[in-house]
Amino acid sequence: MPAVSKGDGMRGLAVFISDIRNCKSKEAEIKRINKELANIRSKFKGDKALDGYSKKKYVCKLLFIFLLGHDIDFGHMEAVNLLSSNKYTEKQIGYLFISVLVNSNSELIRLINNAIKNDLASRNPTFMCLALHCIANVGSREMAEAFASEIPRILVAGDTMDSVKQSAALCLLRLYKTSPDLVPMGEWTSRVVHLLNDQHMGVVTAAVSLITCLCRKNPDDFKTCVSLAVSRLSRIVSSASTDLQDYTYYFVPAPWLSVKLLRLLQCYPPPEDAAVKGRLVECLETILNKAQEPPKSKKVQHSNAKNAILFEAISLIIHYDSEPNLLVRACNQLGQFLQHRETNLRYLALESMCTLASSEFSHEAVKTHIETVINALKTERDVSVRQRAADLLYAMCDRTNAKQIVSEMLSYLETADYSIREEIVLKVAILAEKYAVDYSWYVDTILNLIRIAGDYVSEEVWYRVIQIVINRDDVQGYAAKTVFEALQAPACHENMVKVGGYILGEFGNLIAGDPRSSPLVQFNLLHSKFHLCSVSTRALLLSTYIKFINLFPETKTTIQDVLRSDSQIRNADVELQQRAVEYLKLSSIASTDVLATVLEEMPPFPERESSILAKLKKKKGPGAVSELEEGKKDQNSEINGGVEPTPSTASTPSPSADLLGLRSAPVTGSAAPSSANLLVDVFSDTLSSNASLAPGTEDNFLSSGIAASEDPALPVAEADELLNKFVCKNNGVLFENQLLQIGVKSEFRQNLGRMYLFYGNKTSVQFQSFTPTVSYPGELQNQLNVQTKPVDPVVEGGAQVQQVLNIECLTDFDEAPLTNIKFRYGGTLQNITLKLPITINKFFQATEMPSQDFFQRWKQLSLPQQEAQKIFKANHPMDSEVTKAKLLGFGSALLENVDPNPDNYVGAGIIQTKSVQVGCLLRLEPNIQAQMYRLTLRTSKEAVSKHLCDLLSKQF
Amino acid sequence: MPLGRQMQFMLLFSRQGKLRLQKWYVPLSDKEKKKITRELVQTVLARKPKMCSFLEWRDLKIVYKRYASLYFCCAIEDQDNELITLEIIHRYVELLDKYFGSVCELDIIFNFEKAYFILDEFLLGGEVQETSKKNVLKAIEQADLLQEEAETPRSVLEEIGLT
Repeated sequence: MPAVSKGDGMRGLAVFISDIRNCKSKEAEIKRINKELANIRSKFKGDKALDGYSKKKYVCKLLFIFLLGHDIDFGHMEAVNLLSSNKYTEKQIGYLFISVLVNSNSELIRLINNAIKNDLASRNPTFMCLALHCIANVGSREMAEAFASEIPRILVAGDTMDSVKQSAALCLLRLYKTSPDLVPMGEWTSRVVHLLNDQHMGVVTAAVSLITCLCRKNPDDFKTCVSLAVSRLSRIVSSASTDLQDYTYYFVPAPWLSVKLLRLLQCYPPPEDAAVKGRLVECLETILNKAQEPPKSKKVQHSNAKNAILFEAISLIIHYDSEPNLLVRACNQLGQFLQHRETNLRYLALESMCTLASSEFSHEAVKTHIETVINALKTERDVSVRQRAADLLYAMCDRTNAKQIVSEMLSYLETADYSIREEIVLKVAILAEKYAVDYSWYVDTILNLIRIAGDYVSEEVWYRVIQIVINRDDVQGYAAKTVFEALQAPACHENMVKVGGYILGEFGNLIAGDPRSSPLVQFNLLHSKFHLCSVSTRALLLSTYIKFINLFPETKTTIQDVLRSDSQIRNADVELQQRAVEYLKLSSIASTDVLATVLEEMPPFPERESSILAKLKKKKGPGAVSELEEGKKDQNSEINGGVEPTPSTASTPSPSADLLGLRSAPVTGSAAPSSANLLVDVFSDTLSSNASLAPGTEDNFLSSGIAASEDPALPVAEADELLNKFVCKNNGVLFENQLLQIGVKSEFRQNLGRMYLFYGNKTSVQFQSFTPTVSYPGELQNQLNVQTKPVDPVVEGGAQVQQVLNIECLTDFDEAPLTNIKFRYGGTLQNITLKLPITINKFFQATEMPSQDFFQRWKQLSLPQQEAQKIFKANHPMDSEVTKAKLLGFGSALLENVDPNPDNYVGAGIIQTKSVQVGCLLRLEPNIQAQMYRLTLRTSKEAVSKHLCDLLSKQF
Repeated sequence: MPLGRQMQFMLLFSRQGKLRLQKWYVPLSDKEKKKITRELVQTVLARKPKMCSFLEWRDLKIVYKRYASLYFCCAIEDQDNELITLEIIHRYVELLDKYFGSVCELDIIFNFEKAYFILDEFLLGGEVQETSKKNVLKAIEQADLLQEEAETPRSVLEEIGLT
């Protein structure tokens, strides 16, 4: 029986519910329900007109039956009748039924809309709220058509009750989300923004959600809300815990509203107005400070509410990515949480740190927590927490800690949950490749992967190790020796046999001198695995055998015997049979010379993006990887830019250390000689897609995707801000609105560059006719050459596509190229134009020089037009580490001990263009007291001095 | 949902896996709703008590908490705030508790419509509408008053459908 019967007593309903609960079996329950359904049906059909109360009761019973999981196909009409009752409770049940059980029966919707219309016009706030709740719950297009213009009026009318305003705001939000085209923008929107100042906290709480959504869609139109939101937030954050009365939750003032305000601010870049920005930074600092204060209550609700605000504040700090102090403090705070006794906090700290790891300002700070994170991976009892730890290790990995992280992940793999093994395998494979300085380490790592988790090692992973071994002659002998040893294990994974077969077939000769791994020993070892393997592996092994015949003539007769045996030459599998027959024939009729040519060592594979990375992206969903990849402070790029000498790999002529395809291809072997074809079939999948991406090759420059652009829309307003954001860095989010996110990752060497644009579809709907086009304003056409690859015109919902741009700087330039992106989204044509973050400083080659050289050159460039100077106020805290990082990011070398004043910075470099090289010297003099800088540029070209000075002066 | 983040749905179910309340803030077919419910109830019930309250599920985040015999379970989007969602659950439980006076699962079974009304006052369209306990309960109590004025007592026989 009901424990409480509040308000009314629909006894009939209570009795029915009790009956159902007393049913001993599922069958009994169904029987009872069918009986009730028959009863209700007859009542509804009966001659006797039902009174409102009975209708309400029966409709309620139907609702209960529906909630038990049964289908309800009648009663809608009775529910609609209830809507027009003047009795509140009947109306309320009618609305509930509609909200839970609405179907798109258009006739009914018309009746429902009619009832809603009457209630909205009733001026009875309780009725109005019911009607608004119903619209918000159903949110159908028909309702939007009927009410989208009425609700804004209710929302901003002076005499509307607070509770109605709250419902109206969220109701409008729902309609705006389902049918944005039907909600008319207009005068009401500016009044909505001012609801941020409303006296009533509940109204503000509801309105912020609506405002946030409007801002996402039209950031420019709602810019004024930034300062309003900051001042509201500031009042809440600084209020005492009792000031806000019922809006204080376990001693935390207005946590929901605070979170929503912080979320709203994440629609915008940091405020431009210094006063607003100062106030906001103060708020964020206060929130960080409060985390250190002793708790005002021991209740978990207190700490949860407090930390909810803290995590949202940290999200905002990460979003701004411009306040090193706050970023580092955020990181330290999260570091404390990593060891907190609450599992929830540990989980969230790991999650949040993942994004911090990708900020250049906090990457190092995140790295200091490596031991704790490794420990979490080993000891956390909850797999979802361990998963976060693995993600974070991946995000914080760089050249300095790669070996440690990879080895920890490998050992975790031995006991890892099945659900996440494949992902860990991919991550290990990527990290091992990306940060390999020493290729024997890379080979060991991948073979370990196969040994530990062979089932989870996908084709992409083992294809990749083979490509790398083939491309790098310094590791081939080691690889042969290592696979040979690995194959000694009595039970080894089939993937190991594949890798072993391929590598020994190519490089078995490198270890054949040792009698323990003589040709016959190698052959017998491989052949002992043959019968346990699948067809595809056997096919591969047959190819290995024919390669052996070429490498080791002494194995010829043994191998021919094997090929000749019935189990090969008469194998039921066509592929195996064909190989056996052809290889046998080849080995008997071809001369040694022909054999040597046909079975020559595989030529190097062209470099390109790792297929493993693509696989991880696919697996983790769009954005997941690129965010980590894109934003990560990539020390490689510095190495690549020539700032530091390349470590050990410098001694070999092969491509530089990074193998993820970000480097230009080696000149050798972009076209595979025909002799490779014998083995190609096994790898046909990987070979077919090999288009050389080398920025230097002429072919690329001819296959231009640049159309003479007709009339690109003007660049968005913040384009210059965007450009400034990328002057000193190469990776990050270039653009984001509610439909599309564009990430950029680029690198430059000498006068060439390559840029990857990642277009992410944030919606669940396909983009069609997606066409990004590059254009050159003004003179730029003759100064810069940007080659694009065409992009697939269809971008699926939630998917991300990548576009590669090859860039060549012909001569110095001062305008940025534009990209115009057009696509259809749900029938409307979207048109976005952005400046591409390509500025002249990207083609800097840093030059180290001793003090006396610097001053000598400085003097040589003493003509007035060679110098450009600016004196400006600091816009950011004057932190010397940050300044150094920015100058390095700018591209020039940072020369230590050159300027007699140790506070000053001097730099030197050469701008590399195809036609000219421009030597540049720079000097930056901070004045801490005055919070000013003086920046002086001297170069051999007037325009370059000026332009560099302009670009750099906006960075501090 | 292309525009902005919000709660996707809230489910209340018992330790035996019986669904007690479902509220969907995104349009889905009945079939899809049933499938999600089945999968999620299974996933959450399989978790051990000390585990973390959050989990990734499909492309959503699930935030859940158990109160006595009932699990409260919300689905939010990737960028949403987990902790504040946990406290949404708690505030809802407090509202139920205050309204029913030490709420138990039976109250929600027998007065499911009230549980819906309270939820609508607190959360609308997946967004927090009113966080003040007083204001939410005031709205519900006013409605109850309207109700009592309107009702006339009925005979027990009529109530149980025998007339």
